[in-house]
Amino acid sequence: MTTSAARLAAAFGQGRPALVCFVTAGDPTPAATPAILDALVAGGADVIELGMPFTDPMADGPAIQAANLRALHAGTTTPAILTIAAGFRARHPHVPLVLMGYANPMTIRGADWFADAAAQAGVDGVICVDIPPEEDPELGPALRSRGLSLIRLATPTTDAARLPAVLDGSSGFVYYVSVAGITGKQSAALTSIEEAVARLKATTDLPIAVGFGVRTPEQAGPIARVADGVVVGSAIVDLVGQHGADAAEPVRLLVAQLAEAVHSARSLVA
Amino acid sequence: MTVQHPNSFRTQPDERGHFGQFGGRYVAETLMPLILDLETEYRKAKDDPAFHAEFEDLLEHYVGRPSPLYFAPRLTEELAKDAAPGMGAQIWFKRDELNHTGAHKINNCIGQILLAMRMGKTRIIAETGAGQHGVATATVCARFGLPCVIYMGATDVERQAPNVFRMKLLGAEVIPVQSGAKTLKDAMNEALRDWVANVHDTFYIIGTAAGPHPYPELVRDFQSVIGREARAQMLSRTGRLPDLLVAAIGGGSNAIGLFHPFLDDPSVKMLGVEAAGYGLDKDHAASLAGGRPGILHGNKTYLLQDADGQIIEGHSISAGLDYPGIGPEHAWLKENGRVDYTSVTDDEALGAFQLLCRTEGIIPALEPSHAIAAVARIAPTLPRDTIILANLCGRGDKDIFTVAGHLGVTL
Repeated sequence: MTTSAARLAAAFGQGRPALVCFVTAGDPTPAATPAILDALVAGGADVIELGMPFTDPMADGPAIQAANLRALHAGTTTPAILTIAAGFRARHPHVPLVLMGYANPMTIRGADWFADAAAQAGVDGVICVDIPPEEDPELGPALRSRGLSLIRLATPTTDAARLPAVLDGSSGFVYYVSVAGITGKQSAALTSIEEAVARLKATTDLPIAVGFGVRTPEQAGPIARVADGVVVGSAIVDLVGQHGADAAEPVRLLVAQLAEAVHSARSLVA
Repeated sequence: MTVQHPNSFRTQPDERGHFGQFGGRYVAETLMPLILDLETEYRKAKDDPAFHAEFEDLLEHYVGRPSPLYFAPRLTEELAKDAAPGMGAQIWFKRDELNHTGAHKINNCIGQILLAMRMGKTRIIAETGAGQHGVATATVCARFGLPCVIYMGATDVERQAPNVFRMKLLGAEVIPVQSGAKTLKDAMNEALRDWVANVHDTFYIIGTAAGPHPYPELVRDFQSVIGREARAQMLSRTGRLPDLLVAAIGGGSNAIGLFHPFLDDPSVKMLGVEAAGYGLDKDHAASLAGGRPGILHGNKTYLLQDADGQIIEGHSISAGLDYPGIGPEHAWLKENGRVDYTSVTDDEALGAFQLLCRTEGIIPALEPSHAIAAVARIAPTLPRDTIILANLCGRGDKDIFTVAGHLGVTL
């Protein structure tokens, strides 16, 4: 059996930058999500972030807010999300799957319940937007004791003094939020990303994936030259919003372009 | 199991910002450094006599404090009329509706804008539901010449047009929030989104004793002027402490402001009054009565939510109580039993609103009308020498359109 840590390590250890793709679970419906996840893999995504919809997604921009509402209106529940995850794991034994979302849906039945259920569904890691290191006891111990990675976010406001606390207890990879802001809005200057990644690399051996505001192959490629991974979310979620239950094919086409740009980024330079 | 009481109820939160299991700092990493800065700066301000002097000077000369402590003779008699012989408690009000801008909200806004300026922030944002906190924030921004952006749910913008106009007159930009349910919680989400994108120059003035640490603590401290004054005024007028404090609770800032200075007076009982809306078995905003602990808007507290932790919209006739959560210190005071909590429906609040108008010549806001309704329920059951002190935290001018609508009157 492949462990969660091994799956994430393998995804970032292919000798080329990794493409991390986000979609919201249950958007547009729970029944439509598996085909969209399969399209991410078919297009060349190396890591899947499956968003857990929440009524109050305060770190997200309009695209993902709308996706959350679509999913909730379609009746997406936490058990349904875990079923989607388990199905994905059965179809794709080697592709890492990370749940991303907010604290309340993750902890409302108890952190142990959530960590057990996520581990049983074959989830590899969890990104929780609103549990900073200061509140780690809320979720971190439950995840780590089951071998799940807690993937923390580092941001432009995370200074050198604070960084060790952010990294302590993190595993899998570090998600560098390239702009101080919400998802899907403005993108950061490449030089600031390069500096930030260098700063992170000096402090940790974990792979660094860069996200927030990355929408196109033209943006993703240059970031992939300086980071271990590039995260794309809102641009894919927008396609789901546009095409609904027929989104799989357009999603696959976009992801294929992103994957081409990310995977070949360093070979083009060399 | 007996409940273990702490030696003092006034030492919370702990150094991590927790009130027992509640409170905390559940925010995105981008905001964490700022929240930590705010805490450091607040600790310094708390120890700085110059900060206190400026705060108190503004409260006296700009807000109009101290607010009066008022014995309500006709309301007392009206409620004693049908009580058993010897029953019918005395009813007193802390008159915070007489503050500049007509509510207690301004106390907190003065404190926070002074903090913002200490921190070198040059732009202010806030959320508002009914518009009272928005008006108070716009007021202090005008007073100190700082640009002000107020987030307000699009639904609330429509139903609170007079306050929207007030905010604009005061120079604020009012942004209608179209996301989610388009009410207070969505306005708070949008304010957090603005803040996270503008941390370098922006200060977020949160309107109630909730949100990430240190907000619940600092809002409580700024609002505690209500309880400190009331305690001294009651002692000087009657030579004793009140027996029961009553206050309405949305987020709970007026209630915690009244209660906190009395928490270690064992003879003083306290009652927080949540909004039961159409009834606790229907749509309401009573997070303690009808919710469960969860995490939203930076803190752990009681929330109206479903089995998956999705937040359920609150409902109250009072837009200021219409929030699906409650400040974390109230959640803690409920769990340790120091404060009792009850709820009052829209209809009961409307009745109490009219009762106070007729008996005392005071038009209360719909928020304290909930407290008055609870007083009306309890006063006849208590002896005549019992003193009830209720917080009259806002005046009702803003609510006359809502009340007229419910009474079938077209203005």
